[in-house]
Amino acid sequence: MRDVPGLPSRRSFLKASAASAAVVGVVMQAKAETPPAPPPIEEYQPVCLKPNEWAFVMAATARLIPSEGEGPGAIEARVPVFIDKELAGGFGEAADWYMEGPHDAAAHPFRGWQSPLTPLQIYQQGIPVFDAWCQQTHGKIFAELDAATQDKALTSLQKDEMKIKPELRDFFTILLQNTKEGYFADPMYGGNHGMQAWKYIGFPGARGSYKEWVLKHNVAYPLGPVSISGERA
Amino acid sequence: MARTAKKKDVVIVGLGWTGSILGMELANEGLEIVALERGHDQNTVPDFQYPNMIDELKYGVRLGMMQKPRNSTLTIRRNVDEAALPYRSLGSFLPGIGVGGAGTHWNGLNWRPQLSEYRLRSHVEERWGAGIIPEDMNLQDYPVSYEELEPFFDRFEHVAGISGKAGNLNGKKIEGGNPFEAPRSREYPMPPMPVTWDGAKFAEAAKAAGCHPFPSPGGIASQAYVNEYGMQMGPCNHCGFCERYGCYNYSKSSPQTAILDALKRKPNFEYRTHAEVLKIEMAPDGKTATGVTYFDEKAGEEVFQPADLVILAAYQLHNVHLMLLSGIGQPFDPATNEGVTGRSYAYQMNGGYTMFFKDEVFNPFIGTGANGMSIDDFGMDNIDFGREGFIGGAYWRAGQSNGQPIRSMALPAGTPTWGAGWKKGIGEWYGHSMSIGSHGSHMSYRGNYLDLDPTYKDRHGRPLMRMTFNWQPNDIRMTQFMKSKMEPIAKSMNPTSMQEGFKKDGAMYDVRPYQTTHNVGGTVMGDNPKTSAINRYLQAWDKHNIFVMGAGAFPQNTQYNPTGMVGGLAYWAAHAIRTQYLSNPRPLV
Repeated sequence: MRDVPGLPSRRSFLKASAASAAVVGVVMQAKAETPPAPPPIEEYQPVCLKPNEWAFVMAATARLIPSEGEGPGAIEARVPVFIDKELAGGFGEAADWYMEGPHDAAAHPFRGWQSPLTPLQIYQQGIPVFDAWCQQTHGKIFAELDAATQDKALTSLQKDEMKIKPELRDFFTILLQNTKEGYFADPMYGGNHGMQAWKYIGFPGARGSYKEWVLKHNVAYPLGPVSISGERA
Repeated sequence: MARTAKKKDVVIVGLGWTGSILGMELANEGLEIVALERGHDQNTVPDFQYPNMIDELKYGVRLGMMQKPRNSTLTIRRNVDEAALPYRSLGSFLPGIGVGGAGTHWNGLNWRPQLSEYRLRSHVEERWGAGIIPEDMNLQDYPVSYEELEPFFDRFEHVAGISGKAGNLNGKKIEGGNPFEAPRSREYPMPPMPVTWDGAKFAEAAKAAGCHPFPSPGGIASQAYVNEYGMQMGPCNHCGFCERYGCYNYSKSSPQTAILDALKRKPNFEYRTHAEVLKIEMAPDGKTATGVTYFDEKAGEEVFQPADLVILAAYQLHNVHLMLLSGIGQPFDPATNEGVTGRSYAYQMNGGYTMFFKDEVFNPFIGTGANGMSIDDFGMDNIDFGREGFIGGAYWRAGQSNGQPIRSMALPAGTPTWGAGWKKGIGEWYGHSMSIGSHGSHMSYRGNYLDLDPTYKDRHGRPLMRMTFNWQPNDIRMTQFMKSKMEPIAKSMNPTSMQEGFKKDGAMYDVRPYQTTHNVGGTVMGDNPKTSAINRYLQAWDKHNIFVMGAGAFPQNTQYNPTGMVGGLAYWAAHAIRTQYLSNPRPLV
């Protein structure tokens, strides 16, 4: 049946009821329970990182964003899960990057990524090198050191006191960058669990609509975050 | 063995802003047109739709809308003594990919250069003499005047849908607008956008210091709008996801919101995606192009597309690359300062202050790409180059664009980069800071240029383009001048603390942090074929049926974001093609 302009039709009636069903759906969604909690991070099965690598990422991120003090730490935010998933995907294999040789890994840092290694390979090769340095310098691999010594070791890595080989020199930089990404990215990527990091700093996440608040100068925005999948916190 | 496609009147390389403009203007002449876009097709719905688009990790950090260096990149060195190395992952600048090009993922800041900028060399020589021009600076006039371009700036602004406030209407100064702008013939299409707290604070401080603040003009709709093609925009809701994102709200000026749907309805216009142009092909006498060869990604083969008219409308870097690969114009040689293709590559010299206010709330996530208040008191027209010791200028702006926390986390100097101190810092300072930016000009120099790399190849086996670029003392003096003027204004706002980010003497180009995607020059327009690659109508001097769009035409970079000038020049060139060239194809100069 053709719709006649200006007259109600069966099709527009169906459209209207579909629209009201959609509205009901929105209301129901708002009342819905928060999604079931994922298994504890200790039970997470890494898709990409080997046990020694996972142990390092757990221990290192726990110092880069510690649990003590206000706001979630990397472990509460499930940052290690994010890092495992990212390294398993296109980022880990430098899928978008130009990786043709010749490579000059020792070039001045201003010249950008020049290592022949992918981010995943940097983790895979950087962790044992750093663990060996920790063993030699502090008597244990990184994950087994006490927190204060771990902080010292990470500072040494950041300052490149062990003179890591040029191919691996971006190891600390990407570890820290990926940790902050996992802390603040949308929860669908595995970190920022429950949007705790957004809540802590006051970022409303994927709300993305603030017209009514533009001219409320110097007045804190009142609403908490939403995620891309529609969770609220 | 390349397949040959059916001949067209016009082939357009790249379907971004300028490709869309030329497509529409030439389709209206009844010509058969094909546009070749190396990337994918994309539309507001479904590609930019809410909520999937506003994903900082996917688009802001992993750069989902940008070209993949694996498929297309260049090499970079700071001077001729260095070996160039590939730009393997994106940092300093972000060329786009796909239909709409950079017009989809820009911030929307839209300007017309100031009056002195169109005739900068003459302006300097008349006022201070050629003696103040550094020996290695290739300073040139545009071969076209502001008065000639004005109708085309106006046209682009009304097609794109720009919000703003006129400060000079036909020579009459208008309260509330920019008193230092070149005279415009009409008001902006839409009134200015409302401004957040940071912009309001800056405007108050700037005014108290005797400056003349005005709302920043931008391609962000402040109300419902319909342009001459019947394309519609809706008012922006300040979502805080402009740059690096496509607009989900039909509010940001882009080929998608302003031109493409109207263009796609033209029966004589066709576009092909995943079609990367490899080379422009020439007639045996070398005087004209016969069409282009492109790689058809879907068929996995090369295709020759014959055409009578070739419009290069790719991003500036790719237009230069294609010209070098195709032998259009003599390649520039820095040793002799001769040659035109690749000559006068220039960038943008920016700096700024960040101020922290312990007890004030900025809600940084409420933003647009063109948000805020600007001043032009330190623009080129207002600076005594002879006294200050540099050639250049800058506009300043305060207006937050986003509060995306992975990338937009300003912390006071001395805050640790990780650990308990970092975590405490982000809790204390997120949303309690603002910035004032100085967006400055960048001159052209003999040592900053583009040519073909001797070592690295792309996936088609073509040499990558090589960029030789470093910061130069003249532009560093300009930005240090801006620092000296900005510091007292920033201080007058009584921040808890403040910190500066201006380049200093001896600064070397660092490709890692994002700076701007304002790559200009390399296909400079001029009135002398020895110092320019294209004439005043953007027509190649040595091959009359090739026209080259984009910011490559800039003889040196202006103090503004380039899009307004790029759009104005595209309409100017389209007008010349329609009224002068089509009836009698020939060199127009």
